[in-house]
Amino acid sequence: MWERVKTFASEFFVTGDPMIYGADASIVITMIGIVFGLTYFNKWGWLWREWLTTVDHKKIGIMYILAAFLMLFRGGVDALLMRAQLAAPELSLLAPDHYNQIFTTHGVIMILFMAMPFMFGLFNVMVPLQIGARDVAYPFLNALSFWLFFSGAMLFNLSFVIGGSPDAGWLAYPPYSGIMHNPGVGQDFYIWGIQISGIGSLMTGINFIVTILKMRAPGMKLMKMPMFPWSVLSSCIAIIFSFPILTATLALLFLDRYAGAHFFTLDGGGNPMMYINLIWMWGHPEVYIIVLPAFGIFSEIVSTFAKKKLFGYKSMVYAMMIISILSFLVWAHHFFTMGSGADVNAFFALTTMLIAIPTGVKVFNWLFTMFRGKITFETPMLWTMGFIPCFIVGGLTGVLLSVAPADFQFHNSYFLIAHFHQVIIGGVVFGYFAGLYYWWPKLFGFKLNERIGKWAFWFWNIGFYLCFMPQYALGLMGMTRRVVTYGWDKGWWEMNLVSTIGAGLMGIAFLFQVWQIVYSVKHLQKDETGDPWNGRTLEWSIPSPAPHYNFATLPQVTSQDEWWEEKQRRLQGIATPATKITEPIHMPKNSGIPIIMSMFWFFTGFGFIFDWLWLAIPGLVGVVVCMLIHSFNYDTDYYIPVEEIKHTEAAIRGVTS
Amino acid sequence: MKLPKARRWFASVAMLLILLLTATGCTEKMIVLNPKGPIAEQQRDLMFISLLLTCVVIVPVLILFAVIVWRYRDRKGRTSKYTPNWEHSTKLEVIWWGIPIIIITILAVITVQSTYALEPSKPLASKEKPITIQVTSLDWKWLFQYPEQGIATINYIQIPEDVPIRFEITADSPMNSFWIPQLGGQMYAMSGMAMTLHLQADEQGDFWGSGANFTGKYFAKMYFDVKSTSKEAFNTWVSDVKASSPALTLDGYKKLTEPAASEVRTFSGFPEGLFEMTVTKYASSHNHGLSWKDIQKIDKQE
Ligand code: HEM
Ligand SMILES: [Cu+2]
Ligand SMILES: [Cu+2]
Repeated sequence: MWERVKTFASEFFVTGDPMIYGADASIVITMIGIVFGLTYFNKWGWLWREWLTTVDHKKIGIMYILAAFLMLFRGGVDALLMRAQLAAPELSLLAPDHYNQIFTTHGVIMILFMAMPFMFGLFNVMVPLQIGARDVAYPFLNALSFWLFFSGAMLFNLSFVIGGSPDAGWLAYPPYSGIMHNPGVGQDFYIWGIQISGIGSLMTGINFIVTILKMRAPGMKLMKMPMFPWSVLSSCIAIIFSFPILTATLALLFLDRYAGAHFFTLDGGGNPMMYINLIWMWGHPEVYIIVLPAFGIFSEIVSTFAKKKLFGYKSMVYAMMIISILSFLVWAHHFFTMGSGADVNAFFALTTMLIAIPTGVKVFNWLFTMFRGKITFETPMLWTMGFIPCFIVGGLTGVLLSVAPADFQFHNSYFLIAHFHQVIIGGVVFGYFAGLYYWWPKLFGFKLNERIGKWAFWFWNIGFYLCFMPQYALGLMGMTRRVVTYGWDKGWWEMNLVSTIGAGLMGIAFLFQVWQIVYSVKHLQKDETGDPWNGRTLEWSIPSPAPHYNFATLPQVTSQDEWWEEKQRRLQGIATPATKITEPIHMPKNSGIPIIMSMFWFFTGFGFIFDWLWLAIPGLVGVVVCMLIHSFNYDTDYYIPVEEIKHTEAAIRGVTS
Repeated sequence: MKLPKARRWFASVAMLLILLLTATGCTEKMIVLNPKGPIAEQQRDLMFISLLLTCVVIVPVLILFAVIVWRYRDRKGRTSKYTPNWEHSTKLEVIWWGIPIIIITILAVITVQSTYALEPSKPLASKEKPITIQVTSLDWKWLFQYPEQGIATINYIQIPEDVPIRFEITADSPMNSFWIPQLGGQMYAMSGMAMTLHLQADEQGDFWGSGANFTGKYFAKMYFDVKSTSKEAFNTWVSDVKASSPALTLDGYKKLTEPAASEVRTFSGFPEGLFEMTVTKYASSHNHGLSWKDIQKIDKQE
């Protein structure tokens, strides 16, 4: 008996690596710490009522961002480990197997469990406030989306200490990811982790499309909507068309692995290339899904800190819509070298280049928003300033990659790695940072320390260029991606060393950001105005942090920069009189079902990964039961009485006026 | 003031980087920019043309960016204009929809032409009769078969200069990509199909190639040497191999397919039809978007 337990445990838990024992220990310690802390301070009830069951979009947004930050840490540690391994030739810090797992989990975590939740977090905290709404269209669904993402991410991360991590790259090409070459459970963790969170992403996409189309404040015509909601709309449109492809693709891969189907296998008539086509039909739109909202954020920030109207509003809108459509027509540029023939390659090279046009237009519009403005350089603007040159250069190398015959030389090399990190870090990560710094005072009611923030900014930027510029050169020197090490004979070590130093600087930059948050919490600079940046859009018209019903009375919108215009009117002494609070506010009730249902999904996933039907089937039953319970629950909302609203408003506004 | 100091710092770091680049003789190591064959050469030229074209827009934009940010920063005693409500100018917007459209159109024309010209399955124009080398990606080594010469090698290719080489590429392992940077761009190696890639070396010398698409544990060991010699030396090498190496048997091949890295090896012969057997073993008879007409056209050209 004891022997059997031992063999089971040695297969079930990942063993043999000190780093993993360290992770085991830290997970257990953190868990004990959290449980102890919550019990000691008697916070279980508070946690459950205020956070775990919340349907408030702002709280859900904060949880998303918190999770994204943790994942940025995990993905960043992976990145540093890889860079350390590559710092000099013939190092053996990481064994090949381990290196392969690390670049795979790094890629997956960064794209799906860092960028996506960070983005959803920003959607959640700001879209309703910017369009003058009290909530998203489907608050319950919104909570469910978050918890599905969360359990998917946890499932994926578990593979590090239980069962073993996937190692087939972030897109898991078969046949390597098939059962024949990859018999362990790592790939199954990959499939289920992404699948579960992917369902959540799809629902978020639908939710925000409906929110933006249906819930805008009276008077806010689509063409009067701020730029961020526009970018969210274009991103969500891409989500609802691309995520079903991902779900189907991973489902087929699962059937191959689990049920011996032959969709993508080498034998039995399977065709791996089909998978590669399908996964990139999702994968390419995915990179635009994450970058479009960043474009929206930059637009907001540029016009706020240049104190000028956004230049070329309509151009911006068209550009984003064109990008979100074109992004579906370019996927084959990821495998020009698969011998599809000149017709196919020429077509996809052209569609890829086309995207450069609307993207270029956006850059011009940002520049001319600053032209004849009054620019100041607070941290959100600083990130925007860092973004512009970085993204321009990244865009340039992207155009180079799109020249199909030249891509035969760039493909799969470090040139590609440098390109996509440049657009993803320069565009997406810098963009979300800018957004977070910009909206932080609105979320929490205090400003982050600017001085430490500037240090973080410079470390990130210098580190970035040091890390990734040499990689362009490495690509041209013939270094391919995903190699665990290389020889002295290749002459790659100087560039790699510089690159690793740059990565280290970015690691330090991240620490600065953590310090910035801790410091700012300690030395609270309370923002009493609700409008610390002299903003232009509706979110700045209410107190910070926003009350849970957002707007006591729904604003009446007459122009694009409604709040800015209102402030101008006030300066001229023609303030719109405040509307009286006369109606109770309709709000959704908290619900425990999203988190419980997601836990059942987690069990289902875990059960299928280990082929434990005794766990998977009850998991699925639990999911269905949760759905039934929710659909028979008619007590899902309540009204906040007028008196209470007046009370709250007086309390939060009383201080200022 | 915080900013200028940081900026100065940034400038010195950049200078250091440039110094480092030149001091290490890095440009010479950029082998992709140091082509030794017609395909790689044309690909390099394409890189430069597209770089130049994109720079036509990007450099002015970068300068414009710096000037605007500098000029319109908010400071005491500034005299630059401030127009908070200026938000539209049809003329300007036409200009910057127009410029990228023009540049991309030019680039598109060049790209389409070169895509057809450099289509890897297209034979190279040459007076010499091409040599065929059949490439198989194995876990984690490369098998090269010379059907006309009747020899085979592991992780080593020797080729005569100025003679077009017709590589036929497949895999008996996860998908890989066959890449010799100094001779030309890569091509995927996939089970169940034989891809064609035509390359040629214009001079004698030692190059190397590698697998470019991840295939698992010892993927990083999939480098191989490429030696370009005179035709005579090539022929001598072939007869040497024939005289002094063992032949590859079917059992020997089975051993090779087992997952392990390998040293350079040579074989004086190989089982007939081995390559075709490997391809058809996995064939699910799909054709890569090449229409039947394309295939006939290529067949005719050869
Ligand atoms: C912050 C500093 C970062 C560093 C130093 C870094 C470094 C690396 C390294 C060394 C690799 C592996 C290259 C290889 O061996 O093939 C890699 C791959 C990758 N990185 Fe990053 N990375 C960083 C941030 C990011 C971010 C923010 C994202 C996305 C939002 C990202 C997405 C990816 C992806 C998708 C891959 C490909 C993984 C694969 O090959 O399957 N990285 N990165
Ligand atoms: Cu194929
Ligand atoms: Cu793409």
